[in-house]
Amino acid sequence: MSVLNSKVPTGPIKDKWTKHKNDINLVNPANKRLIDVIVVGTGLAGGAASASLAEMGYNVKSFAYQDSPRRAHSIAAQGGINAAKNYQNDGDSVYRLFYDTVKGGDYRSREANVYRLAEVSANIIDQCVAQGVPFGREYGGLLANRSFGGVLVSRTFYAKGQTGQQLLLGAYAAMNRQIGKGKIKMYNRHEMLELVVVDGKARGIIARDMVTGEIERHSAHAVVIASGGYGNVFYLSTNAMGSNVTAAWRIHKKGAFFANPCYTQIHPTCIPRSGDYQSKLTLMSESLRNDGRIWVPKNIEDVEGIRTGKIKPKDLSEDQRDYYLERRYPAFGNLVPRDVASRAAKERCDAGYGVNATGEAVFLDFASAIQRYGKERAYVQGHKNPTQEEITRLGEQVIEEKYGNLFQMYEKITADNPYKTPMMIYPAVHYTMGGIWVDYNLMTTIPGCYCAGEANFSDHGANRLGASALMQGLADGYFVLPYTIGDFLADEIRTGEIPTNLPEFDEAEKEVKDRIEKLMNIKGSKSVDHFHKELGKVMWNNCGMSRNEAGLKDAIVKIKAIREEFWKDVRIPGTANELNPELEKAMRLVDFLELGELFAVDALHRKESCGGHFREESVELDGEQKGEAKRDDVNFKYVAAWEWTGNPSEAKLNKEELEFNDIELKQRSYK
Amino acid sequence: MSDKGMNLTLKIWRQKDSKSKGKMETYKLSDISEHMSFLEMLDVLNEQLINEGQEPVAFDHDCREGICGMCSLYINGEAHGPDRGITTCQLHMRMFNDGDTIVIEPWRAAAFPVTKDLIVDRSAMDRIQQAGGFISVNTSGNTQDANAIPINKSDADKSFDAAACIGCGACVATCKNASAMLFVSAKISQFALLPQGQVEAKERVDNMVKQMDLEGFGNCTNTGACEAECPKGISLENIARMNREFIKSAVLKDK
Repeated sequence: MSVLNSKVPTGPIKDKWTKHKNDINLVNPANKRLIDVIVVGTGLAGGAASASLAEMGYNVKSFAYQDSPRRAHSIAAQGGINAAKNYQNDGDSVYRLFYDTVKGGDYRSREANVYRLAEVSANIIDQCVAQGVPFGREYGGLLANRSFGGVLVSRTFYAKGQTGQQLLLGAYAAMNRQIGKGKIKMYNRHEMLELVVVDGKARGIIARDMVTGEIERHSAHAVVIASGGYGNVFYLSTNAMGSNVTAAWRIHKKGAFFANPCYTQIHPTCIPRSGDYQSKLTLMSESLRNDGRIWVPKNIEDVEGIRTGKIKPKDLSEDQRDYYLERRYPAFGNLVPRDVASRAAKERCDAGYGVNATGEAVFLDFASAIQRYGKERAYVQGHKNPTQEEITRLGEQVIEEKYGNLFQMYEKITADNPYKTPMMIYPAVHYTMGGIWVDYNLMTTIPGCYCAGEANFSDHGANRLGASALMQGLADGYFVLPYTIGDFLADEIRTGEIPTNLPEFDEAEKEVKDRIEKLMNIKGSKSVDHFHKELGKVMWNNCGMSRNEAGLKDAIVKIKAIREEFWKDVRIPGTANELNPELEKAMRLVDFLELGELFAVDALHRKESCGGHFREESVELDGEQKGEAKRDDVNFKYVAAWEWTGNPSEAKLNKEELEFNDIELKQRSYK
Repeated sequence: MSDKGMNLTLKIWRQKDSKSKGKMETYKLSDISEHMSFLEMLDVLNEQLINEGQEPVAFDHDCREGICGMCSLYINGEAHGPDRGITTCQLHMRMFNDGDTIVIEPWRAAAFPVTKDLIVDRSAMDRIQQAGGFISVNTSGNTQDANAIPINKSDADKSFDAAACIGCGACVATCKNASAMLFVSAKISQFALLPQGQVEAKERVDNMVKQMDLEGFGNCTNTGACEAECPKGISLENIARMNREFIKSAVLKDK
């Protein structure tokens, strides 16, 4: 019998959430004033939760490591947000969104959570429009939709290529309203470094004021972690430079189980890296795959010419090109899910067809779309016999309206004009589906400690579909957590304020101060980034797009060695009592160096291929699906929730068996 | 990959904390690739300083893709440097030449005190937003259907264009009066252009302008430098719209 209780309500799936809301204990408005809640992180999940909890009457304390809550990395999400509105009348429904999400996640997510997500998705759009989020609209004044990878309907709402920004600014505005009223106390430039557990319940955090270096105690009746994903364990990713696992890892070490750490999404359309100095990778929205066609040269002889610039991409005729996604997956073509698209790019590049100097790039070509749109627009404008030039000009105009900011961003980074020559793209680490294990109420295995958004594991299984991260963040923050947290807080109305002079606070504070002192006293010879890059190389080479037993075992040995070396030889200039970016980075790397090992341990134990986790030992050997990933539902249809025992390699595996009552398990096929 | 390997002289503002006096320091860098971003060039400098046992230069940055608004820097007398329509993190070294001297300063404005080196305190901008930069609607699962109110596409697009502001503060830093009018007007315009925002338009403009003045930002004298330096191309028309909203509110005073 598993120690994990998912607390999924009984009854038919479509009634579970409604029934659960009716059963949840409520806190009366007068009592809410007596209850404090800490929220760590101000992205979509944390920002939405902070605002909603404060509106309900709780006293909220919000923490962000940035100088303003508006800067959380949700802001960088480009493409869009899914919702089962069926405004396009293309047969969408709550069930279909649920189905696509479970299938896209390769049947490794919890069915009831995903259904709830699909159910509240429509409310999110209503809420955001009411807040003044300027979504894209049609000329009739109604909301526009686009389609996104891995699905056959248009259910994605968007604000140009800045959807995450607009949604986050909506949550930020809602927060501002509560900050102005004094219901949220905002702590900018503060980093949570430890969780405080009193009598088995999460009662506070230890945080560092990043400007003064002061170590502070903050107490509350419950703690919500919404600190985002851990993609930066790879050093290079599309995450912000400061995105980190520290808050999540610290609660893990205090008793919260970490689920499926190996489920990482490698996004297929990012700008390829250009050199060793590279500090981050930039995403080009997946929405570009609606109009861009992905290809490499068909003949290996042409590759060299392309790499050296002797042959221009447009010199190659259609039959000299290999549109490999359209060839391999005729039904979905360029719109296959991200994991499939990424592996296919790697397969071509590994075979020697990469189109840039590093051999790690494929083309994303808009020429066909420009011609198609140009002809359409010419027709609409009444040009019955448009010239080629006119078609191209009008087509480029349409592309600019749809993706202008992305094209501009690409040109600024690469100095290539993507209207005239195809973009070059390559997969990069983007999103982590794994995270802190939570039950249906989003509570971790520590009572009173909740986890929302990308930081938890709950809704995306082994692979996240495009435009679903924004949906999950806001669903958790606006519509799930504010209700479910009441179930715990209803028993806290007589607790009174939690004092910060308890021995548990002393102990947690001492742990943090000792950690900082130990780091500052190493006075070694190498920078924090040196070790982070070393870790990143091991993660990318051994735990990246494809994994095997030998490589993962090797990774565990190497990560341990890097960690040992780090603790002996890192150099952190300055002092701990001032603004010190090197110390901040070191504190985060301490936790990445442990998480990286657990990541490899998890990947090693999961001997199947599923979603973003591709094990070379587990592929289809023949038939139509030959060479594609092979899932093993007999042995691995569970969530791997790891329990800290003092050392990542000795983490204890707890299993939550997944039940699928409303969906038939199938091998994914996008052929 | 071809590397020009530039040699550069950097003159950078160093200041220990908000209470200390700061000064310009000079550093030499060699073999800088034209493909590097400006901030990657500073990473190289910092790695060099750390290896030499010196304190690295503190600067704000986070997403490094031009959207979070965290990076700043006044480079050779221009907010976000010599290129247009981008933030400092998107600036690439191909905009510079071998042998160049590059002067790097923090945002300069009375309302933006220096925290350390190139980092400034922009919390004044947050406080203006807290005074009224929102629509007073609570979270509920029962707001009316998103398509209940059709919105003219042109208005919706203009609202989006104003909402694209990233709150970096380049407009303030570049304005000779250190005015925050472009920043404030962007939020006021976003909501003024939408039916949802018009309900409390009067309170919003009054409260935000009042807070803006309290924070010590200067006035607008229509030089247009803010629009030119804005990485997101926020239009001066927004300032005109804010002024109209402000006058409308004064004329329609009902209390």
